[in-house]
Amino acid sequence: MEKKMYDNIVNTHKPTETRAQNAFIAFVTGGLVGVIGQLLIEFYSYNLDISTKDASVFMIVTLIFFASLFTALGFFDKWVSFARCGLLIPITGFAHSMTSAGIEYRKEGPIFGLGSNIFKLAGSVILYGVVSAWFFGLLRLLIMGG
Amino acid sequence: MTFKYNNVYINGASTVAGPYEAKGPLGNLFDKTYSDLYNGEKTWETAEVGLLKESMDIVLKKVNKTKEELDLIVAGDLLNQITSSSYAVEKFKVPFLGIYSACATSNEGVIIGATLIDSGKINNCLTATSSHNMSSEKQFRNPTEYGAPKPKTATFTATGGASLYLSNTKSNIKVESSTIGRVIDMGQTDPYHMGAVMAPGAADTIYRHLIDMNRKPSDYDLILTGDLGVYGKQILIDYMKNEYGIDISNNYDDCGTILYNLKDQKEVMAGGSGPVCSALVNYSHILKLLEQGKLKRVLLVVTGALFSPTFVYQKENILSIAHAISLEAIK
Repeated sequence: MEKKMYDNIVNTHKPTETRAQNAFIAFVTGGLVGVIGQLLIEFYSYNLDISTKDASVFMIVTLIFFASLFTALGFFDKWVSFARCGLLIPITGFAHSMTSAGIEYRKEGPIFGLGSNIFKLAGSVILYGVVSAWFFGLLRLLIMGG
Repeated sequence: MTFKYNNVYINGASTVAGPYEAKGPLGNLFDKTYSDLYNGEKTWETAEVGLLKESMDIVLKKVNKTKEELDLIVAGDLLNQITSSSYAVEKFKVPFLGIYSACATSNEGVIIGATLIDSGKINNCLTATSSHNMSSEKQFRNPTEYGAPKPKTATFTATGGASLYLSNTKSNIKVESSTIGRVIDMGQTDPYHMGAVMAPGAADTIYRHLIDMNRKPSDYDLILTGDLGVYGKQILIDYMKNEYGIDISNNYDDCGTILYNLKDQKEVMAGGSGPVCSALVNYSHILKLLEQGKLKRVLLVVTGALFSPTFVYQKENILSIAHAISLEAIK
């Protein structure tokens, strides 16, 4: 049988993914993370009497801390399976990817395990994050003069 | 390549399973189950070794043999360099052949063992296989705590170890014939749809077995594939009809859809997979039905996807293979 014909058989038996539902759940949960972030900024700037800029750094650290803690406690992966990009795209996803890799590879030791594998998933985010930051920084310089 | 055997029998089998398999419909048929994925070990890898080793100990106890009486062990698993098998057999000090056919490993072992017994080179052989959900996830996909979303066609690697004791001493179950599979490429590239990858491999082996033995699907009480899952099963039925004009739908099932309760155990998606998936079903449920005489003749077609993460990232097609053995209940 031709590979194209076989693909047709495969496609007739392919289940439809619930994309709209997934997107909706991700939208709501992602939005909720945003709301929690905003509340944290308000909380820190009001209670610690610091600028919004400083408070948002505190907020990020808080979210990273809790995402990593929940990963270590073993239930954040279940949340991710449910909320999908709602939890993977915010900073919580970045923290989760590092902590889960750290937990996984610590048994191979501090150098060849933890050290060389902790950025296994986060490495792409860092690399392309830095590259796009450079690119948009350049655009800003050219268009707005810095 | 189909072989007929005259004097190869299954004298005993053992199954050791993990928590997800214990919760499935065959849970109380397994010789031993663990509620913890680590089963008392420190790493996922040693946990898998432990399951395999334990299944070998149990089968030897069942057939009342010591390791000194064993002629050969043939075993394989999913981990890189089939380390689970090597580490599990070390303490037995028995001649060992390590094999790899991904999830089709169990039957490759039986074919090697049965052929050597039938030729008179050896008198008995222990064949075994294992897989572990977490060690496989770690090797093939993401860190186990990552929990990345998967499509509905994804399958779930079974956790456990399973062993079979074959010999030329007569028992109720005879290894009647076997067909060695060919590597098949149908242009599939999705590692989350192994059913689609492996169905053509299974079809090729079933077809060649039926032709070589001059049989029809109805000559078997049951034709069972290894781990095609819900969707792969439908694809195989459809493909067999289109390609060979053979309808297997009347007496066909798939171990991946039997091992778990697909309605309640949502985490397994389209069903079970991994070398031990088919072995857990065949060595507990199917052998028992043959023993009781409820099944007279079954064709076990275990299916394997041949690939590595490296080849998938390099955009190479995923290949498949299937090895078949035919078992008969005798009085």
